[in-house]
Amino acid sequence: MGESVQAASPAIALRGVSVSFLLPKGGAYAAVASTDLVVAPGEFVAIVGPTGCGKSTLLNVAAGLIQPSTGSASIFGRPLAGLNAEAGFLFQQDALMPWKTALDNVAVALEPKGVPRRQALERARDWLDRVGLAAFADRYPHMLSGGQKKRVALAQILIRDPRILLMDEPFGPLDAQTRQIMGNLLLDLWAQDRKAVLFVTHDLEEAIALADRVVVMSAGPAAVIVGDTMIDLGRPRDIAEIRTEPRFHAIHKQIWATLRGEVQKAYAQGEGRRA
Amino acid sequence: MKRTTLLSLQIAVGIALLILWHLLTTVKFGAKPILDPFFFSRPLDVLARVWKDFYAGTIWRHLGITLLETVLAFLTGAIGGIVFGFVFARGEIVAAVFDPYIKAANALPRVVLAPIFMLWFGLGIWSKVALGFTLVFFIVFFNVYQGVREVSPTILANARMLGMNERQLLRHVYWPAALTWMFSSLHTSVGFALVGAVVGEYLGSSAGLGYKIHEAESVFDVTGVFAGMVILAIFVIIIDTIVTAIENRLLVWRPQAQSTTAQG
Repeated sequence: MGESVQAASPAIALRGVSVSFLLPKGGAYAAVASTDLVVAPGEFVAIVGPTGCGKSTLLNVAAGLIQPSTGSASIFGRPLAGLNAEAGFLFQQDALMPWKTALDNVAVALEPKGVPRRQALERARDWLDRVGLAAFADRYPHMLSGGQKKRVALAQILIRDPRILLMDEPFGPLDAQTRQIMGNLLLDLWAQDRKAVLFVTHDLEEAIALADRVVVMSAGPAAVIVGDTMIDLGRPRDIAEIRTEPRFHAIHKQIWATLRGEVQKAYAQGEGRRA
Repeated sequence: MKRTTLLSLQIAVGIALLILWHLLTTVKFGAKPILDPFFFSRPLDVLARVWKDFYAGTIWRHLGITLLETVLAFLTGAIGGIVFGFVFARGEIVAAVFDPYIKAANALPRVVLAPIFMLWFGLGIWSKVALGFTLVFFIVFFNVYQGVREVSPTILANARMLGMNERQLLRHVYWPAALTWMFSSLHTSVGFALVGAVVGEYLGSSAGLGYKIHEAESVFDVTGVFAGMVILAIFVIIIDTIVTAIENRLLVWRPQAQSTTAQG
């Protein structure tokens, strides 16, 4: 898809981005301090870091949901103003409309694009089939399991064919087996057209198994990027099997050396705050 | 508990109360029963009066008028509540400015408005519709207001990320969320529409169930009052059943709506 044209401009480029929130009692909390992050077209980048380190904040900046206090975000070479129209965003929490069936939830994603309803329903059916939920089209979200809801959410985003996927610990609430199945599904779908992906997780194994590159963020406040590792594992991958490979362990050990210190720092801060 | 057991227990309680009432008003201690039938009537007399009212057909006109008033009060109140609920929830400034007035109006016992409505709208149905409106409006208004304000931020952010504009957000997110809250108060608001109608009739009118009860009361016809109450109760149960059916149909996506009917 015109990769040669876009090769010059990265899918996501965050330059000198910092984010601070005003506190209700006055003053400001610096979540992210001056950070640079570049995601090339077709690249799968995972961000790991201790809880509350500002990984999600960075993702929200790339989505246009949060305005950075300083610095700039550009998407395919264009400065980002307002919401990122090139991106699909998979949330950690349930984001499906509970009053719509699985089919309607997926089909409604095409309405902003002006696709006629009949055609939208047809394409939504096709997408539910691709995420393995053809038989659940008429179910409402409360009748679906956690994993099934994520599948619907994935179909809802992918049906719009965005050029970027932003994922905020999307498989966090799921059990271990479902996470693996969802990870493999995501990789299968991603392999078909290689969108640029920015994937936030606190699970280092998941990050390595999925991504081309793993970025480590430091403990907050004023989090910065402290590690950036290329994952030289072959594709296609199977999330469950790849974990047994020696190379996987070597990479894990290397990144964990960085991440461990940050996790301990975050933990110590949490204890300090409580004391 | 099994459904049949529950039902038979429910019926047993009703029959026991009726028998108690019957005994207290018929069995004589000395010259008089414990409860004077002049003030308490008797269950069989009441039953006979209800039967007579329906059989003679005099009650249908009154029922029809009360029903019309209830429906009109509910519709106008619900529509007004939805419109204002939306406007206030979406417009921070409007909500802030009008807040004390809304609270004051809601705190006012609506019955005191009845005489004013009678002066404004006359003794016909419209003064009762107005009274019912003031009751229904605030329930629906506060529910819709809350519903629109408390839409899950994640659902909203997701819809925005899908590229929805304000109009599409309204249609796919705000409107269904507000409707949920409105329907959750449907039983209450329909009930209040009926209260408005009956109280309005009671205070001054020439037709309706409230009028029937008031008429009986003014000639010390206690049997007539109880008969009116029984008919009113039957009327309420029928309306409530219809509302439940509508609710189950419209809120099929809600988990609770089904668990209540799945019991037993």
